[in-house]
This record gives sequence, C-alpha cells and structure tokens, in this order.
Amino acid sequence: MNNFQYSRASDVADAIRLLAADPAAKLIAGGTNLIDLMKENVERPSRLVDISRLPLRDIEETADGGLRIGALVPNSDLAYHPLIEQRYPLLASAILAGASAQLRNMASVGGNLMQRTRCAYFYDTTTPCNKRSPDTGCSAIDGLNRNHAILGTSRSCIATNPSDMSVALAALGALVHIAGGNGERTVALTDFHRLPDDKPHVDTNLGSGEIITAIELPPRGFARNYSYLKVRDRLSYAFALVSVAAALELEGNAIGEARLALGGVAHKPWRKLDAEAALRGQAATPDHFGRAADLLLQGASARSQNGFKIELARRAVVRTLMQAANATPQSQAHKKIA
Amino acid sequence: MNAYVGTATSRVDGRAKVTGAAKYAGEFAADLLLHGFVVAATIPRGRIVRLDTSEALKVKGVVDVLTHAHRPPLAEQDEAWKDEVAPEQGSPFRPLYDNSVKFNGQPIALVVAEDWETAKFAATRIRVEYEEEAFATDLESERAKAAKVDQPHKPRGDASAALTRAAVHHEADYVIPSEHHNPMELYATTAVWDGNGKLTVYDKTQGVQNVQKFLCSVFVRKPDEIRVISPYVGGAFGSGLRPQHQVVLATLGALALKRSVRVVLTRHQMYGLGYRPMTIEHVALGANRDGTLEAVMHEAIAVTSRFENFARNDTGWGEQLYKSPNSRLSHKLVHLDVATPCDMRAPGAASGVCALECAMDELAVALKLDPIELRLKCYSDRDQSENLPYTSKQLRACYARGAEAFGWSRRDPAPRSMRDGKDLIGWGMATGVWEALQMPVAVRIVLTANGHAKVSCAASDIGTGTYTIVAQVAADALGLPIENISVKLADSSLPQAPVEGGSWMAASSAHAVLGAAEEIRQELVRHVQAMPASPLSGVDAADIILVDGTVAEAGDRSRAVSIADAMRHGQVERIEKEKLNEFPEDKSHARNTHSAVFAEVKVDEELGVIRVTRVVSAVAAGRILNTKTGRSQIMGSVVWGIGMALHEETVMDHRFGRIMNANIAEYHIPVNADVHHIDVIFVDEPDDRINKMGIKGLGEIGIVGVPAAIANAVYHATGKRIRRFPITLDKLLN
Repeated sequence: MNNFQYSRASDVADAIRLLAADPAAKLIAGGTNLIDLMKENVERPSRLVDISRLPLRDIEETADGGLRIGALVPNSDLAYHPLIEQRYPLLASAILAGASAQLRNMASVGGNLMQRTRCAYFYDTTTPCNKRSPDTGCSAIDGLNRNHAILGTSRSCIATNPSDMSVALAALGALVHIAGGNGERTVALTDFHRLPDDKPHVDTNLGSGEIITAIELPPRGFARNYSYLKVRDRLSYAFALVSVAAALELEGNAIGEARLALGGVAHKPWRKLDAEAALRGQAATPDHFGRAADLLLQGASARSQNGFKIELARRAVVRTLMQAANATPQSQAHKKIA
Repeated sequence: MNAYVGTATSRVDGRAKVTGAAKYAGEFAADLLLHGFVVAATIPRGRIVRLDTSEALKVKGVVDVLTHAHRPPLAEQDEAWKDEVAPEQGSPFRPLYDNSVKFNGQPIALVVAEDWETAKFAATRIRVEYEEEAFATDLESERAKAAKVDQPHKPRGDASAALTRAAVHHEADYVIPSEHHNPMELYATTAVWDGNGKLTVYDKTQGVQNVQKFLCSVFVRKPDEIRVISPYVGGAFGSGLRPQHQVVLATLGALALKRSVRVVLTRHQMYGLGYRPMTIEHVALGANRDGTLEAVMHEAIAVTSRFENFARNDTGWGEQLYKSPNSRLSHKLVHLDVATPCDMRAPGAASGVCALECAMDELAVALKLDPIELRLKCYSDRDQSENLPYTSKQLRACYARGAEAFGWSRRDPAPRSMRDGKDLIGWGMATGVWEALQMPVAVRIVLTANGHAKVSCAASDIGTGTYTIVAQVAADALGLPIENISVKLADSSLPQAPVEGGSWMAASSAHAVLGAAEEIRQELVRHVQAMPASPLSGVDAADIILVDGTVAEAGDRSRAVSIADAMRHGQVERIEKEKLNEFPEDKSHARNTHSAVFAEVKVDEELGVIRVTRVVSAVAAGRILNTKTGRSQIMGSVVWGIGMALHEETVMDHRFGRIMNANIAEYHIPVNADVHHIDVIFVDEPDDRINKMGIKGLGEIGIVGVPAAIANAVYHATGKRIRRFPITLDKLLN
C-alpha cells in the first residue's frame, strides 16, 4: 500500500473542491473495493477524500412516485428497506446476490457503481493490463479468460463489470445524480458505465472532480413479475459467470412491458432495447424469451475459455424470464435455483 | 475406565478459541517488536542482478532490509536444510540464500520496520532487476519429460497382457489440479529475542521440534539457544509439516538485528508455499464379465519443483482395495519451475483414489454392475502389495451401512433417470482408504496430591482435537474428572513428538499417555500397599485401578484409597512420569482405515449448476476416541471433498509462470450455501492387534473417496463423465 493523505469532506462541495485540487485523489466511502486495490498497489491515490459522513443516506420518494437513494446508503440498508422490498424487489434481490453480508454492510450505493473489474491481471501488477496501466497490453485476451466478457469487448480489454446491483438498476431504468464543479447533472445508469474501446482504464463517464450524490428509481418497480438470477461457480460469494435481471408487466399471459439486463458478460450492465421491444405484446413463453435472449446476445463473441457463457447466458435469460413470468423469483437465501 | 474415551466430549480448548484467549503465532507480544514484510520474486526462473533497497531504507521506521547479499550466515550444506519431512531427494529451498530465483513468489527480501504497514509500504520501494531464464510450469505440456520415481509397489503378474486379454476394459486419464491448503490462520512467526543469542520462536507449524531442529541446523545454533512454541494452529492440513519461509525469515531478522521480529505472510504470499501437486492419473482396469478384476494399472504423473522430488503414494491403493492377479503401478514426476509441493490432507490418496474410484465406476457401467456389487466382487481381504491380512477391515460393513442410510437400493442405475423438477438427480459412491500409522511420542504426566494432573508433550494440535483426546485418555487412565487434567502441547522443550500429520497423532499420543499413566498407577499402588492396614493389601497390583480419584480394587471399588491419601502416606507431593509410547513391532498385518462415501447431486439440467445435496460417509477407523470431534473431522473432510470435486483449483498463467487466483475470493472452496446434509456413520471396528486401545486415526480418511463419489453422482445425473477436476458447470455445458 502506498502512503496517502487523508481528508474528510465537510460537504459535497468540499469533496468536489478536494478532488479538483488533487487529480490523483480518490473518494472513499465503504472502501470495500478501493482498500483491496490499494493493498495490491493497483490503486495508488495520493489522497483519500472521506465522504462517508456526508448526509447522503436518505431514501425518499420523488414527486413522480419514484425513489431517490442517497449515494452513501449502505447496500444492505437499501436491500432491506421496506420501500425497496415492496416496490423494487428486483433491486433488493440483486444486491443480496452480491458479495457477503459483511461487505454489503460496508459498501455504499455510489461505491457499488464505482467498483472495478475483478480480472486477475488487473489485480496483479506484474502482468500487462491496459485497464491498470494503459498501453501495456491485455493479458486476458490470450490468457485466462474463462470469466471474461462476451459482449462489447475491444482489442484493448475484455474485462467485466462485477456489480450485481448495477444490473438491476439498468433493468429498472435508474438515473445517476452527479455533482461537480459545473453543477449537477443526471445520466441514465446505462450510460454511466463505459465500454472499454481503446480507453479501458476509464470505467465510467463520471468526470474528474465529480461525485455521485444519488440514484433515482423511476416509478415503475415491476414488483409482481421479476427475478434476478446469478449463475456462478459456487452458490454464494462468487462473481457471476452470467447474471440476469428480468422484469415484466403482464396482462394475462401477454407481455406489456419487459426489462432485461445481463451481468458478468460485459464492461457494463448489458441491456438492449430491441430485445425488450421484441417481447412487448408477445405471450410469455420460452420461445419468445429465447428470441429476446438471441437479440440481447447478438454480436456475442468468445475467447479461448469463455465460449460457454454465450449459451449459458441464453439459457439463463429464458429461465429468469420464466421465473419472472411465473412470479416465482429466484431466492437469494435458498440453497437452490428455482 | 471409559468415562470420557468414546464419548462426545466437547473440546477442552473450545472456550479459549472462541473467546480469543487462545494465542496464535502472530499474536505473541515482545518488547521492541519489529515487523518484517516479505518481498517476493515476480518471475519463475532466473537471477537477481540488482536488488536496490536504498529507497526502502529511506522510509522512516525501516530498520533494515535483509537480502541474499545482506544477511547473517546460513548453513551451506543441503543436509542442514533437510527437516524431518523433507523429500529424500533434492536440495531444499533456502530463503534469501543466493541470487537465484527458482519459482514465482519466492521470498527475495525481508523489509524490517517498526510497524507492519511501514514495512509493507517500504517493500513497494524495492527495485529488482532480473536476468530471466526460460521456464516451464505446465505439467500437461511437459508431460513427455516425466521421470519415474521409486515406489514400494512391485509389479504383480503381467498387467499389460492381462489388460489386452480382459473381456471388459476401461482406461482413462483423470486430471487433478494443484490445490492450496488455505488454512484460515495466515503463516506467522514471532521470533522473540531473549538476549545472549537465545530465541523463543512462536511459529505456526505442525511440528515444533522439527522446526527447532531445523532452525538450529540452518542457523548453526546449539539446541538450548532456540525454543519453538506453537500452542494453537488455525489449520494447516499438511502445509505446516515443513518449516516454512516465514520462520526462517523471522529468525534471520531477529539474529541480524538482535531484536524480536514478527513475520506474517499475506494470503497471496501463502501461495508461494507448498500445495497438493497437480497430477494426471492414468488408470486402466481389465475385468471378467462377472466383475472380477484381471488387471489394475495406475500411473500418476505429478508436478514437482526443479530442486526437490516430492512424491506420494497415489497409485498403491488399488493393491489394498481390489483383488487382481495382475497389477502395475508407477509414479512419475515432471520437474517444473514452481515451488515444491507438499502434503495436503490425505496426500496421494485424495488424488489417486479419486481417479481409481471414478475408473471403478466407469467399469461398473461397462459391466452393467451396481458399483457396490463390483467392489464386493473384487473385495480384497489382503493388502496385495505385501500379501498381508489387515489388523481389521470393516469396509464391507461401511458399504452396507452407508448404502442403507443413503437409500442406495432405490437407485435406478440408468443415467439421467432420476429427476426433481428442473434438476437431474445423481447418486454416486466411492471407497476411501488411508493408513493407520503410529509414531514414537513421549508424554510427561505430573500428578499432584490434590488430584490434578498436568499432561505435556511437544505434539501440536492443528485444530484436530489433540488437546481434547489427550485430556480424555488421561482422565480415564488416571480416574480423574477431565476438569482436573490440564494439557500442555507444542513446546519444543516438552517430551518428544514428531510432526502432527499422517493421521498418526491420536493413536501415538494416546498410547504415550496410557504408558505414563500406567507408571503413575504403579507408583500409587506401591504407596497404597505400603500403608499400614491398607485396604488393598494382598490385592494383585494388576487388579488395582485408578477410578473416581481413588486407587481401588477393580472388582470391589469399596476397597479404595483416595489419591490424596495414597500420596500423603507415600510422602510425595507430586508424581512425575515421562514415557515414550511402545508399539509392538508387527509386520504381519496391514493397517488401514476405510470408508464408503455416498453422494447425491442435483444438477440443473439447463444451467449446469451442481449441488451436493446429501453425503453419507461410513467410516471404519478403529476405536473413535471422541464421537463429537471425530464427527467434525469427517464433516470437515467431506466439505473439503466437495471443494475438490467442484471448486478447488490453483490457476496458473503458464506464460508468466504465475498463480493468478492467489486469494480466497477467486480460489474457491465451498461456502455454506454449497454444503447441505452430511451424515457421518462410524462403523464398529474392534481392533486389538493394531494397538492396545484399537485407535487408527481420523484426520485424513474423511476426504478420500468424496470427490469420486460426487463425480460419479454427476455422471449418474447427467450421463457426462468429467475427468478433469474440478467439475464446473462449463464442463457440463460443453
């Protein structure tokens, strides 16, 4: 771990000022990922700006019937919040599929969006990695890539985003509220994370000197027909090989609205509007779900070890949509897949 | 008296462990303690041409940086570096000895600072330049270079010819990856500088006397200059049998700086220690139509380092389990640019029996025989390699009781024939076998007139429950309540003990306790019989027992004298006896433990997700000293077996010769969600030949057979035979 300066921000404006004054500074909230990366010398911030005491812990209803979630709400508090459990159970379920109880207690909502890839080469400073050290090359493309991306990859990087929460937020159409030196702005969660292209070291569209202040959920919560299914190498405490967030609005067996996002397959939560559009007005059947999966996975490509993820993702999409349609969402507590 | 032996006695150290009162090697304090942080090599092979420590030394709080070029003297001969469990052939690794790099992760410097964070930070300021050399780390690509090592098993008959002739034959490679132990406790040593060149070394180890002799040898010290203590060990599983890098480095630091030094390895650095070697297990079985065997061939090709030949018995277990007139077994090593492997729970057997038992399952399918029936058809009542009978072998009863508890008779043999909703159900079974060894161990018992006894021995308790069974055996042998027994272990100044491993410590320590207690009984009998008007006068000494705090006639306990009275009359405050265990030399019988393991898996047919929903392990291991800790041993082994079947794999990028999942987030072991119902059955196995108490040991038998039972269940569920472990869902989907 490197030596660093420590500052405690007194308010959001102070945090922004501290960041602007020191380009190599990093914000710290729960620290569940940043501290790990610092211990491995992957992140070497000159300064940690502690925002954990800022008043960004509220969950409040918005005028249009949605929810605004402060960036510092701990993941577990969010998952177990009555309004989330009742109105956005997809989000609660996705959060509980991630990490461990201890990590979820510490990790903040904003920090969850900022967590970095778990690619082994990114973590190992002795190996080339474009994300960690730009222009050194990607070790995963021709190396150990069993759990790497199958969608949206580039010649520079095939890393995945490890977040579960973000996958549900993408499906729900969440917005990210950002504050910076030039004031406040809002971006769709699906536009928050980037694809790697030739700049894989840039994970998100958060500008330097900017800070996430809140996540906003639109009113539609899909509380009846939803499911979050995470397929992984052990039944808990492992990153997704493939995860699926699915949400439906049904009239009888006909699909009114559909939402579908994949985790563990790309540099960002993977959502494609044409896959959802193809489901609208259709019957909730495995065939239609399979067609949506094909649209969602269009363009998927594999490296030497991760080819299985394409078919696995297709099957997982169909399964998750069936769970959603049947109102039998995947439990994150039971030791089995529904 | 058996008030405690054979019962579900709770761990005597349980309270200390859960309250934190139990101290581990990295927790001992010392005045002016310094902290060392290890710098590890980042290439697999080559030479250090420059090791620049100047920036590290400038960091405030850094006291020194030890390197091969800057350190106290170390022994120069290989023999000096051979601890009691070092491979016979080879040149043991010497930390900071010279500029050569032999494996990735090798320690090349120790930063010593006033606190750990400073040392860790300064370590990032060290600049190393290497002259890299060509290297190889991939067993499969180097397979052709495998060289045979001597094995005790001689060929019997002509296995090749018999295999060719056999009506039915099965032949395949089974690939077991390298695996790391990942004990919860990090490897740590606190070397306390006692002044005048003397050290007390608190070390995480499975053998304090092994470490003590090793340190005296490599640092050329007199035996009274170094004392090694290791009261509690947070798991080791074989990784602590040999002295590890950190104990050399901490001692080196203390001797160099004449101050106490603690070195704690990081989890990542622990992947630079030993590991279960990757093996390619080639098994060929030839059988007659009725299921009797004609030929067993088993060849293991295993990884070892360039500098030591680590080889274990992977292939010999068929000699003990399955009758066959012809057999040929061989073990080959491939030398690679990696650290030397080491023992890991049931070394050899966990891997070799996994392959053998998968192969037997495949043979049963080919023969259209029930897997248990096949095993009973070729059941061997003799160890064929030495042609010896067993001291006891209740394996038939294991099959029967395990099958009954599991419900095996309800199994439809056809693969993919059993379902539960979207899950395919598979039932598989396998046999387990391990050795029942016993080693020289001495124990000292000090009995005081208040009826308390202190039992001491250098043996380690690596979490297996040695404290508890020693207390149980002592309590029964001395006729005292277990609360009156205090046990002291794992101090090199205590009576002799080998490393705790090989499942030998239960039998070995129990008989040492028994021996010392017997001498105490004899002395008490002398005191009692010397009393005027002794109630035991005229009673044959052999008929006098210690019971309920008294010295009493076995047949009439009303004829008794309290221990306190006996000692007062004998005018002794304490009775101290030290005794080395004695086992009769007996080469006329083979000594083994056995098990039958039954596993149920449920495999999601579409997604390939595998769950091990039930395991029944029926174990025959002689007398079970403690049914509670014994059951825990087997349950823990089963959990590990689940990991071996489905999760565990040390993943290396052979382009870099570097382990890429050196942490317990990415190196998967089962978590709670992966563990379902585990049923442990101890099959009665009286054995008055193996040793007086009939003890065989339980540390390792529990894992053997579990991976194969699960793999066989996966086949039964899916019709897919996965021979490359671990069985992950991608292998089922492909």
